[in-house]
Amino acid sequence: MLFYKLFKDKDGRKVGFVQANEACIEAALLAGMRFFAGYPITPSSEMASVSSEKLPMYGGKFIQMEDEIAAMTAVCGASMAGLKAMTATSGPGFSLKQEAIGYAAMNEIPCVIVNVQRAGPSTGLPTQVSQGDVMQARWGTHGDHPIIVLSPSTVVETADLTFDAFNLAEKYRTPVILLMDETLAHMREKITLPAENELKLVERKRATVPPSDYRSFDTRFGDVPPFEPYGGKYHFHITGLTHDEMGFPIVEPDDVVKAMDRIHRKINNNLDDIVKVKQFQTDDAEILLVSFGTPVRTCLGAMEIGRKEGLKIGVLQLQTIWPFPDKAVLNLAKKIGKIFVVELNMGQIINEVQRASQGKSNIKGINKYDGLFISPDEILSHILESKG
Amino acid sequence: MMENIIHDYLRPKKSFPHVWCPGCGDGIVLNAMVRAIHSLGKSKDEVVFVSGIGCSSRAPAYTDFSSLHGIHGRALPFATGIKLANPKLTVVVFSGDGDALAIGGNHFIHACRRNIDITVVVINNNIYGMTGGQASPTMPTGAYGATAPYGNLDRPFDVCKLAAAAGANYVARATAFQFFQLEKCIKEGIEKKGFSVIEAVTPCPSLYSFFNNTGRGVDMLKKLRDRAVTTQKAATLSPAELEDKIVTGVFANENFREYCAGYAELVEKAERSKKNEESL
Repeated sequence: MLFYKLFKDKDGRKVGFVQANEACIEAALLAGMRFFAGYPITPSSEMASVSSEKLPMYGGKFIQMEDEIAAMTAVCGASMAGLKAMTATSGPGFSLKQEAIGYAAMNEIPCVIVNVQRAGPSTGLPTQVSQGDVMQARWGTHGDHPIIVLSPSTVVETADLTFDAFNLAEKYRTPVILLMDETLAHMREKITLPAENELKLVERKRATVPPSDYRSFDTRFGDVPPFEPYGGKYHFHITGLTHDEMGFPIVEPDDVVKAMDRIHRKINNNLDDIVKVKQFQTDDAEILLVSFGTPVRTCLGAMEIGRKEGLKIGVLQLQTIWPFPDKAVLNLAKKIGKIFVVELNMGQIINEVQRASQGKSNIKGINKYDGLFISPDEILSHILESKG
Repeated sequence: MMENIIHDYLRPKKSFPHVWCPGCGDGIVLNAMVRAIHSLGKSKDEVVFVSGIGCSSRAPAYTDFSSLHGIHGRALPFATGIKLANPKLTVVVFSGDGDALAIGGNHFIHACRRNIDITVVVINNNIYGMTGGQASPTMPTGAYGATAPYGNLDRPFDVCKLAAAAGANYVARATAFQFFQLEKCIKEGIEKKGFSVIEAVTPCPSLYSFFNNTGRGVDMLKKLRDRAVTTQKAATLSPAELEDKIVTGVFANENFREYCAGYAELVEKAERSKKNEESL
């Protein structure tokens, strides 16, 4: 049962007035997502519902698994069988998925995980907004691991970053987390999806060597190993154990370091491709608001109102939050003396802003964690308060 | 004389030795599984061998099938993702008693209920071997282990009763001593459309024996031979006579609709809806 309708415009683009949860799945389908495994949880459940209805129409597979862990592991399996795969969840479910996310990072399994953030800890406020999972998205699974996390602020951006998430997952053979929040998930906005011929889709690099020469994690062609799916001439092994290029367990210290360095290097050497930010009126700004996700909208509102009252506010939106946009933050910290970090938690990303800005700017947090969304007035009153 | 085909199925580039202790039953079960696949004439290309964590879960690394050594307890959801993504594949899972029934117990019953065409061999040695001999969900009440120094309080699961009750299409049990019966059960399980569970009862002469004084591998195999009774024989025995017995044979052989086949039917309905959508 769908609660939205899409219409085609004169150029063949699908247009609709949809929630971000719906937009995400519509974009994922265009991005080539053909497997969704899910488990019911507020406020992400619509994604499973839409997938269950739409995927069979597109030759894809939807499965409701017995729990969150099973959903994440099924996604890993399906991706290894060659399908672009995703799952969606929220706080408690995101906690449960962590071990399997680490497995995907370790075995370089392309996949997309959506976490629609709700207030925690524990069951918290299931129907209310939060951005409390910023650090969990980075460090939720155990061990040093590479990860990419994107955070959209509008319904349109949800679709855009969903395309990016699938493309980055395929390009770098890595799990990518789309970090949304409850306010965005259930917000309706007009969206125009790109026509199929307008899409720039990335597919995972395939092997060029004969089966006898194939290695599960071949490093001869760069840091991202070519991928072959299960079911074919290429026979290979994967394991969550620290492994060599063949996928077999290793314990030699030098080999371990080599393996660990490579899976991090493939992300860290490509930050310019992966890390995206947006700047709004930062050229003449004297006050910088740094934010991500839905509160960016509020920051833009505060900027507009503030500027009318003579406050030269600029906004830095972090679309990619992990790897953290160190360069963009440092550049702005060097020229803007006052930074406010706006987030719907008790202060998580602010620590990264402080680290990246290397003491070049005066940094304060504007935090809200009462389950409600933040208003421009709240931001402005914080700014005015600190002015004294 | 039995033809030894195992060498044709070992991974050419994997360095041995394997991790299993002398007298372990895991190699016997692996050999039975390989022979079952061989006798079905399956190409290695179409097989995916999946496992979780534990001694027996190391098996997929050794054979020349594509394979996935997963995370503890989750072999079945990994396998479910693979099978649903590509239903043409033959997916075989190895999972120990702890992997399949404790940490993976929920996945186990739901895989039975879903009845997806996967064959799982539950290698049951009644103990956690890899972690040092802790009590497992099939350890007999009163037996000793690293976490049961005063004797195990829990009652053991009956793997086959559990699987049959949860809706698996094929359920069978054999011991590591009954090699040909084991091979036949695995073969029937793979042939069966739907979820198949084969419980292979194996000896752990390292840790189970260390805590319970059950002798060496050969002693334990002989004990399995002596304890095994067929389902037909079991029907004639009293509960007291059955106390220490291992009932072997087939416990379920059903033809409930297989999940991927059901999905294919669902796609037809969805395609009709798509036509409505496209006519907008």
